Amino acid sequence: MTKLMKGRTGDWEVVIGLEVHAQATTKSKLFSGAATDFGAEPNTQVSLVDAAMPGMLPVLNELSVRQAVLTGLALKAKINLHSVFARKNYFYPDLPQGYQISQYEQPIVGAGEITVDLPDGETKTVGIERLHLEQDAGKSLHDQHPAQSYIDLNRAGVTLMEIVSRPDMRSSDEAAAYVEKLRSILRYIGSCDGNMQEGSMRADANVSVRRPGAPLGTRCEIKNVNSIRFLKQAIEYEAARQIEIIEDGGKIGQETRLFDAAKGETRSMRSKEDAHDYRYFPDPDLLPLDLDPGFVDRLKQSLPELPDEKKARFIADYALSPYDAGVLVAERETAEFFETVAKGRDAKLAANWVMSELFGRLNKADIALAKSPVTPEALGGLIGLIADNTISGRIAKDVFDEMFETGKDAAAIVEAKGLKQITDTGAIEAVVDRIVAGSPDNVAQYKGGNAKVIGWFVGQVMKETQGKANPKLVNDLLRKKLGG
Amino acid sequence: MPIDKATVAKIARLARIRVPEAEQERLAGELSNILGWVEQLAEVDTADVRPMTSVVDAVPPMRPDEVTDGGRRDEILANSPNVARGFFTVPKVVE
Repeated sequence: MTKLMKGRTGDWEVVIGLEVHAQATTKSKLFSGAATDFGAEPNTQVSLVDAAMPGMLPVLNELSVRQAVLTGLALKAKINLHSVFARKNYFYPDLPQGYQISQYEQPIVGAGEITVDLPDGETKTVGIERLHLEQDAGKSLHDQHPAQSYIDLNRAGVTLMEIVSRPDMRSSDEAAAYVEKLRSILRYIGSCDGNMQEGSMRADANVSVRRPGAPLGTRCEIKNVNSIRFLKQAIEYEAARQIEIIEDGGKIGQETRLFDAAKGETRSMRSKEDAHDYRYFPDPDLLPLDLDPGFVDRLKQSLPELPDEKKARFIADYALSPYDAGVLVAERETAEFFETVAKGRDAKLAANWVMSELFGRLNKADIALAKSPVTPEALGGLIGLIADNTISGRIAKDVFDEMFETGKDAAAIVEAKGLKQITDTGAIEAVVDRIVAGSPDNVAQYKGGNAKVIGWFVGQVMKETQGKANPKLVNDLLRKKLGG
Repeated sequence: MPIDKATVAKIARLARIRVPEAEQERLAGELSNILGWVEQLAEVDTADVRPMTSVVDAVPPMRPDEVTDGGRRDEILANSPNVARGFFTVPKVVE
């Protein structure tokens, strides 16, 4: 599958690498005991360490380390037992220390990979270069005052895992699929909540273009994109911009750019030539981090079944299509819900009910799966009633609607409303006889070779029986009567 | 690796330290001497020696993930010359 972009002078290949900043799920910060809750009053979750008061010393949060290692293991990456914290020096109002504590030459996690599921059903392996731990900066608000920026340090010092990919992606769709898969993995292991609206996951995109087969072009980095939709827009805009410059005879200058969501464009952010001169050096306040191999092994044992493994198992054990399996495993909760529904039942039927009926209703009512008025056990009960012919599939939809409204269980609704399927051949036969006798025209048509008219007869029988007649019996009886 | 005047000026700018031009030449000499000394140290073959990060065999202390700090906004903001509605305020920085 080629994913080239057309320019005026020929085809171009887009090359994308992503740096995703994922906030590690911890109650307190990477180097201080201040809280990390989202949405608190400004500067109320700031310790003297986060505010960089003189003489304060950072002390490492053991859960931050654990989350980073767990994430590395889930990305099939090399865990570096020895890693070093370094200072990345730059000045900005929301960075009180004047440097960010990060990791540079010796990160905690080395090379790994992610299998990305593409929209066309194909998969692609994207390399992970590294994952390192670092502090988040504070937040600057530029829209509170005409001449001032407002600074809130609540986020300063929160644990970030910066996950750097190889430049392996070739389209905005691949980049989006990569972020979705990474998010799914992080949520499975609980190392990051993946909430892009609240800034728990942000992406920087490195984008360059080249003629197919040519060496890599000069890249531009688009900073801090906070939704998958914006990421796609930013990459597409940026690639088109670069192609136009080169086709006009210009050159791309390496720079940092900002995505303006309102205008749908990227624009230059830091033009100073020394913007990237961070003068990293090992942080003298922090000893190197040495991990016990046993600690890493225990975390490896504790990894849950991850999306790829679960998907493979769903395809093998439940005979689901790769697409259905992919949808069901994207969120751990969805996969667990499905498995409870499918337990001891027809898996394909369970998948259909979960994906089309239940998801459809939940989306429409804007209810999260965890708050579903129909429990997985109740939905399983409904599917059981279909499977043992107590109700027809058509009646089941009405029963499901009522379950969704009232939270009642399927068997109780069927009993109370008398919706049990009519499987008594004699009773159905009587109705069939009456309808066949009452419409000689249609009978003649059928006998004249118009087989489709049988649909009309089935409809009439169903109408008479309020949909309760067993469809298979109705069909069999009609064919017998009409054919005879 | 000798340091020239231009490098001194650049480092000073990155570090936000004002170094008058008259002092840059002198500093270039001093810094070159320091680097020369470090280069001399680097001549020692240390290929098989682990970097020493502490004179005692120490491991970094870690803390459990517990909220033990925060809720001290007045103290945090106390030294700031400009404050509004619980925020630090600075001259507008817009990208």
